[in-house]
Amino acid sequence: MLDKNGIAQRIAKEVKDGFYVNLGIGIPTLVANFVRDDIEVEFQSENGILGMGPFPFEGEEDADLINAGKQTITALPGASFFDSATSFGMIRGQHVDLTILGAMEVAENGDIANWKIPGKMVKGMGGAMDLVASAENIIVAMMHTNKAGESKLLKKCSLPLTGVGCVTKIVTNLAVIEVTTEGFKLLERAPGVSVEEIEKATEGKLIIEGEIPEMVL
Amino acid sequence: MIKKTVNNVQEALKGVQNGMTFMLGGFGLCGIPENAITELVQKNIKDITCISNNAGVDDFGLGLLLQKKQIKKMISSYVGENAEFERQMLSGELEVELTPQGTLAAKCQAAQQGFPAIYTPAGYGTEVAMGKETREFDGKMYVLEEAFKADFAFVKAWKGDEAGNLIFKGTARNFNPCMCGAAKVTVVEVEELVPAGELDPNQIHIPGIFVQRIFQGKDYEKRIEQRTVRPKS
Repeated sequence: MLDKNGIAQRIAKEVKDGFYVNLGIGIPTLVANFVRDDIEVEFQSENGILGMGPFPFEGEEDADLINAGKQTITALPGASFFDSATSFGMIRGQHVDLTILGAMEVAENGDIANWKIPGKMVKGMGGAMDLVASAENIIVAMMHTNKAGESKLLKKCSLPLTGVGCVTKIVTNLAVIEVTTEGFKLLERAPGVSVEEIEKATEGKLIIEGEIPEMVL
Repeated sequence: MIKKTVNNVQEALKGVQNGMTFMLGGFGLCGIPENAITELVQKNIKDITCISNNAGVDDFGLGLLLQKKQIKKMISSYVGENAEFERQMLSGELEVELTPQGTLAAKCQAAQQGFPAIYTPAGYGTEVAMGKETREFDGKMYVLEEAFKADFAFVKAWKGDEAGNLIFKGTARNFNPCMCGAAKVTVVEVEELVPAGELDPNQIHIPGIFVQRIFQGKDYEKRIEQRTVRPKS
């Protein structure tokens, strides 16, 4: 079974040379730590930077330089700043190659819910609705089950949707899953996790074809 | 040169009244018009509708207006960092219209550029699109979103000149440029106000035509919301 860093490490393998990548808050942010250093990748943060770098050294924080999670960051050589309309122009215009974000629920048809729990939590969708409506390549990073042990990979989302039929891949603590027109297709198992455990933790339709390999991190 | 300078924040906010709709630049606490917000608190302007990506934190930014219950309605994309906001929203004191972030920017920009509405794929198939016109283009569904209408836009820039030309810094740019010229009156506060001719016309982010009033801001706190650092090794 993977921890949050393990999930990020596995997703980092999906990041290819020459990609512009938008990372959501939470586990997706950790992906940047695991991207191979022999490839060129630029991270976009939707509040207005391309070429986002690591956190600043202590004492070098700049209030005018943050990411979408409001954390202080740095800008790498070749970085650029832009306004919010331009930022979402990049996203809507499909110039960003890969979007990685968290979710509360994903349905077997690729629907995603991650912005609201009616009556309990309303933080807002931020840029998530724009990202999932436009990006061609959307990977969800999340735990396979919620704190109550219930599956987050469902036949149908129960929470208000963020986007419809948009998720292409899911990486959880248990598995790598591709969202197909037929349902959740199991691609890889996390180290030490059996196909049966994944089946048990998946409420939506799980497609298992042949031998399922264990992930290589 | 058409001069846009006013002497101070009081002059800049002349004509602001209860019940008006304001646009406020900023992302989190980054690039917010601190002076204008302080003056709105001072003047105790009430029943405000705010178009702003976020709602500040409890004791800073728009949180200051929330504390004094000056805001009637918030139009934002993300409001997660403010406990007072959550309380007022759940109790029904505060009306909230959550809008996808890119749509929020586009609705500002549409107002700036004279488009009555735009089509966006964001929110299609979700409750955000309920009651709105949708249309298919090339096999994909889009939602019709109308341009914002606002009385004042309060903008924060890094440098500006007497003609109202603006330059922004880092990610403090965010929604600020999109709001310039998107309201009846655009009021800009800057960290550094310079005479016309001092800024390189090649480097201007927003031309002065989109600005009605500009003033030298003061006492910027520029609070950091999440101070994240790595150790020097």
